[in-house]
Amino acid sequence: MTTSATIPAGERPVGVDIQESEQNRAVIEALEADNENSSVIHMPGLVRVTSPGRLVLRRETVEERLGREWETHEFQLAIISYFGHIKEWDDDEIVIAWDH
Amino acid sequence: MTIAPRAPRKLSMKDRYSALTRDLDWTPSYVTEDELYPYTKFEGITIHDWSKWEDPFRLTVDAYTKYQAEKDKRLYAVLDGFAQSQGHLSLTDASYLNAMKLFIQGVSPLEYQAHRHFAYLGRHLNGPGPRFASLCQSLDEIRHIQTEVHTLSNYNKYYDGFHSFPHMHDRVWYLSVPKSFFDDAVSSGPFEFLIAIGFSFEYLLTNLLFVPFMSGASFNGDLPTMTFGFSAQSDESRHMTLGLEAIKFLLEQDEKNVPIVQHWIDKWFWRGYRVTALIAQMLDYMLPRKVMSWKEAFNLYFEQQMLGGLFVDLAYYGITPPKFVEQAAEEKEILSHQVYWTLYQFSHAAAFSTSIPTDEHMEWLSANYAKFDELYRPLWEKEKRNVAAGGRHFARGLPELCTVCQIPMLFTEPGDPTTLCQRWSTFEDEHFNFCSDGCKNIFDHEPEKYVQAWLPVHQIFQGNCGGATIPDVLAWYKMTPNDGGEYLGSRDNKNWLAWHDMAEKTGGN
Repeated sequence: MTTSATIPAGERPVGVDIQESEQNRAVIEALEADNENSSVIHMPGLVRVTSPGRLVLRRETVEERLGREWETHEFQLAIISYFGHIKEWDDDEIVIAWDH
Repeated sequence: MTIAPRAPRKLSMKDRYSALTRDLDWTPSYVTEDELYPYTKFEGITIHDWSKWEDPFRLTVDAYTKYQAEKDKRLYAVLDGFAQSQGHLSLTDASYLNAMKLFIQGVSPLEYQAHRHFAYLGRHLNGPGPRFASLCQSLDEIRHIQTEVHTLSNYNKYYDGFHSFPHMHDRVWYLSVPKSFFDDAVSSGPFEFLIAIGFSFEYLLTNLLFVPFMSGASFNGDLPTMTFGFSAQSDESRHMTLGLEAIKFLLEQDEKNVPIVQHWIDKWFWRGYRVTALIAQMLDYMLPRKVMSWKEAFNLYFEQQMLGGLFVDLAYYGITPPKFVEQAAEEKEILSHQVYWTLYQFSHAAAFSTSIPTDEHMEWLSANYAKFDELYRPLWEKEKRNVAAGGRHFARGLPELCTVCQIPMLFTEPGDPTTLCQRWSTFEDEHFNFCSDGCKNIFDHEPEKYVQAWLPVHQIFQGNCGGATIPDVLAWYKMTPNDGGEYLGSRDNKNWLAWHDMAEKTGGN
């Protein structure tokens, strides 16, 4: 059984599963760009992005790649599942991290 | 997709959420708060400040309706395209649909139950934040059952086993497993329900339920199911958040809440885990093209993400991983084999069909499970000889059921996969049986509740299920002779071969 009792919140992986689609490619690229230690796994129909401790999605990074305006609420169309806590979800960014 | 550019906003997302959710709340003046919200005290939970409840999604009605409408538009475009192009013919095999029959019979009606109960919470929780989040979840859940029915109704035109699912859900023996699970939850108090469904089911276990189903659909050519699944699952991430916020909120409000919440986590982990036994066999046995094994899914979604991630976080509040979780982890090697072997023998009384795994399938099982060759392959080899001799095996008689999870007593002792596990308790001079320490523990805590369980086998013997013979009971279930039994040679199998012009060749799953 996996136990991570000694691994602090800053290092335990958090992650998000995203539907694989043309629209969501910009979101996945933005996640990769803004989280330097992230890793991406492709599974049937979905893409999983994980990162140690914290994962941030920035509106501006998505908009640069998408070439249009994008509001963070739109992430609801992309997300399938996640692990970690949603620490922040405002007009400019979404942050997933552990508390403790 | 054209989503209109952001209109110039006068308020930030935080302020909009606050204005449209919190500021629309009022303090009652001509009744007391206890009269207005009468159900949030009796469970012993102490809440000091409801305004501390956070909704990270900061969802407002305008954003909710806009994005939900977009999700539905995308889904229905896929459904139409699939139906118009005879998409059902591009599945890997008709036997794949057994997984979807189980889904619509067993899972979709739970969405409706969730819709109803979240509507209740949307009225009865004291805080405006959780009330609004519950209202949204209630609307999500009715959307889920509707889209699931619409998605699978296309298959109902061509395949057996999809009809009469709401009727079956209330009556059939294997469907009493998910039904009694949800009945247990909705007959709990509001906070226990939030931990049961919002936390244990949606956060701890939903990935094990939905993601394998949907990835399985994707791998087996079932585009509509994959699309509704991901569409529903995108709501699910909000539901996971509600469950997680619920638990953090209860733990932060008062230390006295901790032991109550811990017991609910223990109880509802095990209740939910037992329901996922049906998913385990679906993943390992019902998908013609495999996605991942149950063992792998349990390790990834539960052991790594939940035990390795979440429970480390909750340890801060004094919460420990659920009781008997080590038994669940040990069981991942054997669970799916034991469950499918049982369903195989009882599928003459089910609205899905089963068949002996092909040689190739058994190689996959053997490669993924260290104990398969020793413990389970010999059963199938023997059954192959039975079939060759003209004696496909169906169990005669009815199985003994666990009083709590209502699964036939098919599980084995921890550490010994060759001895059946049996636990029992006596309550008011009556004897009750359980499949495991987890189920016995749940019963012993609330025997008054579980003695009322509607156990399908008991009900048949008491004469409440249409009659004393299998055909009588199946008629009462509204099952037809084409709904269950052996897959090879079934009407679905024959049609599939004929549609693919393969009637002369042998089919297989």
